[in-house]
Formats: sequence, C-alpha cells, structure tokens
Amino acid sequence: MKLNLDVNSLLDTLEANLREDPIMGKNPHMIGIRSGGLWIAQQLHQRLGLETPLGELDIAFYRDDFSRVGLHPTVRPSHIPWNVEDAHIILVDDVLYTGRTIRAALNEIFDYGRPAQVLLTTLLERPGCRELPICAQYVGAQLNCDQKVKLLGPDPLELHLIEDKEEVA
Amino acid sequence: MRLTEPDIQLNAQKKLRHLLTLEGLKEHQLTEILDLAETFFDPATGDLKKVPLLRGKTIMNVFFEPSTRTRTTFEIAEKRLSADVVNLNIATSATKKGESLLDTLWNLQAMGADMFVIRHADSGAAHFFARHVAPHVHVLNAGDGRHAHPSQALLDMFTIRKHKGDIYDLKVAIVGDILHSRVARSQIQALSILGAREIRVIGPRTLMPSHPEALGVHVYHDMDRGLEDVDVVIMLRLQNERMSGARLPSEKEFFRLYGLTEKRLARAKPDAIVMHPGPINRGVEIDSAVADGPRSVILDQVTNGIAVRMAIMAVIFSNAAQLQQQEREA
Repeated sequence: MKLNLDVNSLLDTLEANLREDPIMGKNPHMIGIRSGGLWIAQQLHQRLGLETPLGELDIAFYRDDFSRVGLHPTVRPSHIPWNVEDAHIILVDDVLYTGRTIRAALNEIFDYGRPAQVLLTTLLERPGCRELPICAQYVGAQLNCDQKVKLLGPDPLELHLIEDKEEVA
Repeated sequence: MRLTEPDIQLNAQKKLRHLLTLEGLKEHQLTEILDLAETFFDPATGDLKKVPLLRGKTIMNVFFEPSTRTRTTFEIAEKRLSADVVNLNIATSATKKGESLLDTLWNLQAMGADMFVIRHADSGAAHFFARHVAPHVHVLNAGDGRHAHPSQALLDMFTIRKHKGDIYDLKVAIVGDILHSRVARSQIQALSILGAREIRVIGPRTLMPSHPEALGVHVYHDMDRGLEDVDVVIMLRLQNERMSGARLPSEKEFFRLYGLTEKRLARAKPDAIVMHPGPINRGVEIDSAVADGPRSVILDQVTNGIAVRMAIMAVIFSNAAQLQQQEREA
C-alpha cells in the first residue's frame, strides 16, 4: 500500500470522521499538543468551525522522561482558555507512537478539571510500537513501525519520511 | 574561606549544578531561568499551576537564620513542582559552626535530600555545603551573610523585565544600606550581567562598601540627585541585625535623608517602578504612601519569587538529568 503523505487529504479524512461523531452535537472543545499537534488542530478547528477558542498544550512539565533527559529547551505555557470541567474535548496530535505523549497530555488536562469526554485524533499513527494502552478514535493513516515521519509547518504543512538516524517528529 | 569559587556551582557541562552566587554566570544562564519562570504562569488565569516535574525529589529548606518571605516562597515553589518538602529552622550559635554544620549536612543527606536550600548568617555557608554534598545533591543559596542572595536578585530581574522590558535600556538605583546587603550585591551582579545601562547606588558613606566603584556602579550620597531620571528604584531594608557600632544617627535621620517619599520619587522617570525585597521598615527607608502606591511592585516581587524559584530548581534538576544522559551515552 502506498503511504499517503498529503496533509490536506489526511485532514479531509479526519474532518469527515469527526463530523460524523456524536461529539459534534455536544459543543466540542479542541486542544492541540504543541507543536505538530497544534498545527493540525488549528486546521481542524477552522474546518469544523468550532466556536470555543483552541486550547494549546505543552506537555514538557508532564513528560515521564524529565529525570532522564531534562527539560525541552523551548517550553512554553499551556493555554486552555475555557473550563475543562464537564467539557467534551477533541485532543489532537500529529503522530501517535508510543502513547507516552498522550498519557502526559491526559494528566495535564485532568489537572485543569474533569472533562466529560476526551476523544483522540491524530494525523498518523504507528500502531506496532505502542508502549501504553492508548489508541486514537480517528487517524488519517497508519505507518509501519519502521517508517518515521517529520511534520514541517505550520505554513505550509508538509510530511516528510525521514531516515532512521534523524530526530522523530 | 574563599567565597568566590563560581566554578563550584557548575557541572562538567558548565551548567548550573548549584546556585550559590550570580558572580561569573553568563547572560544566557540568567535568561534561561527568567524565560522558564514565565512558562509557569497559566496565561488564562495568571495562577502558578502545579506541575509534576520534581515528583519523588526531596528538598530540604535549612534555615539557620529567620525568614518569612524567602522560606515560604521556596516552600510554595517546591510544592508547585510536586517535590517533597522538609523545613528545618535551626538555631545556631557562633561556637557551633564547622564540624557541627557538616554533621547536620551529612545527617540530612542520609535522610535522602536531593537539594538543600540554605540560609545562614555566615558568608560562604552555602559554598561550604556545596563543597561537601554528595554528587547527586544540589545546593541553593537562600542568603549567606553579607555575601549573596541570588534567587532574590533573579526574581527582581524578572519583575523589572516584566514591568519595564529589556534591562539593557534601563537606569536602576539601589538605595540604602549597601554595605550589609547581600541582596544589593547580587542585584548589582545580575544587572551587570544583563547589561543594564546604568547602575547607581545611593546611601550614606557609613553604609557603603569601601570601594563601591569597583562593582561597576555610580555612587551617590545625595538621594535627590541619585534618583534623577531612573527607571527603577530598589529600596533596601535597613539591617539593624547586621550592624556593629553606630553607623547611623537615628532611623528618623535616615528617613529624612534617604527615605523614599512621593516627593523624592518625582525625581525619577514618571513611569519608574519601586521595589523592595522586604520586609519593609515603613517610615524608615520607605514611606507607606509609596510602598502601597501605584508605582510599587513590591507584592508582585513576592509572587514572581515563587515562579523564579520554581525555574531555578527545574533548571538545576534538568541540568543534572542531561549530564547523566551524556554519561550514559559516553
């Protein structure tokens, strides 16, 4: 199967899936995980015409590897400009890989309050290499575990397959 | 005892392992802390969020000298980072130093301390601790004698930056008891490192160090002249507990010559801010009308102190993690 790396058509898939989901009838709120997930979320937020402002999550303070690798050098504050309590949240990231980023994001969201629902959608996933019991409701496309991609953006948004030695998105 | 061993606070990667003094630090090392401190404020609410960064770390606040603001803001900062916090207020006498100090240190280390936050009346106490702690243990100087109070100076720089923007454009006056003030010493170092346009110290000859010009500052004994056109006025507390002999005729006389009143403040720029590390002696170094007035950022300094202390601790533990990672890969 040829890998689809066209961001726009992947976004089309996610948009179509989300429009069909019951969450759209529940005043959904969206959160993007910085930085790639936030770029994708900005696109989806606009396409779906959501009324509440987009939330931005920087999970640097919630990573499970702080005591192994230290702080990410470009941490910025998370910004969720609405009440998380009882909100129906669409959580957006670029690539779902080990699941550790999503674990950190969920912990951070719950520090703001108790949402009614969190739905996860990612542009891509690498299903063979999950390290935690986390899966997304909607993904644009699946990669093999040995395929690595990097999302460049925010304008234009482009996906690039990268060699093993390079940094993973 | 040598007080100026800046290298002792850096690790093999030349990054902060302890924070004992600002002397010898580079601009990027200060701005890294100041920038990180900003990220702890929730942009939506302005609150300082609790984050799980230092979960499992034990931080001991060892105070041989009384403190309200510094100890409490350190404690809140540690709790906001999810560390386990132990507070020790240890009364000490001049005869109990040396070995007993080391015994205290080793005992607390045996209880599992990962970081000591130390305040002591003797200059060099934090360096002394830093020389003797285990390799994985960090020391943060919360004020040693007349020597240094780096976290206070950093929170002051953070506050100045927040209200006035880039420090290199600014004229800053530090007023009062320069001689006994570890705060002034650290502030002067911080302002120099960050390239302040002009640093002035204002005070009576009896409360000035012998060669203040050597610190790279302009010295004024006339307060009205010294305040002319400054952007920031930092008032210092008159430190009666550190004075030996009669350096002042009276507090009333000091207020008449160096107390900050609305009238005197009018000499500074119209948008100048007023700072004070606390605790304030109202009517001695500052008039209540100024301390509680619209240009006072004194309480903002206290809040900022929590964020800046969070950042200092986060950077130190982050540096340790990065060093370990490098050692694993080597």
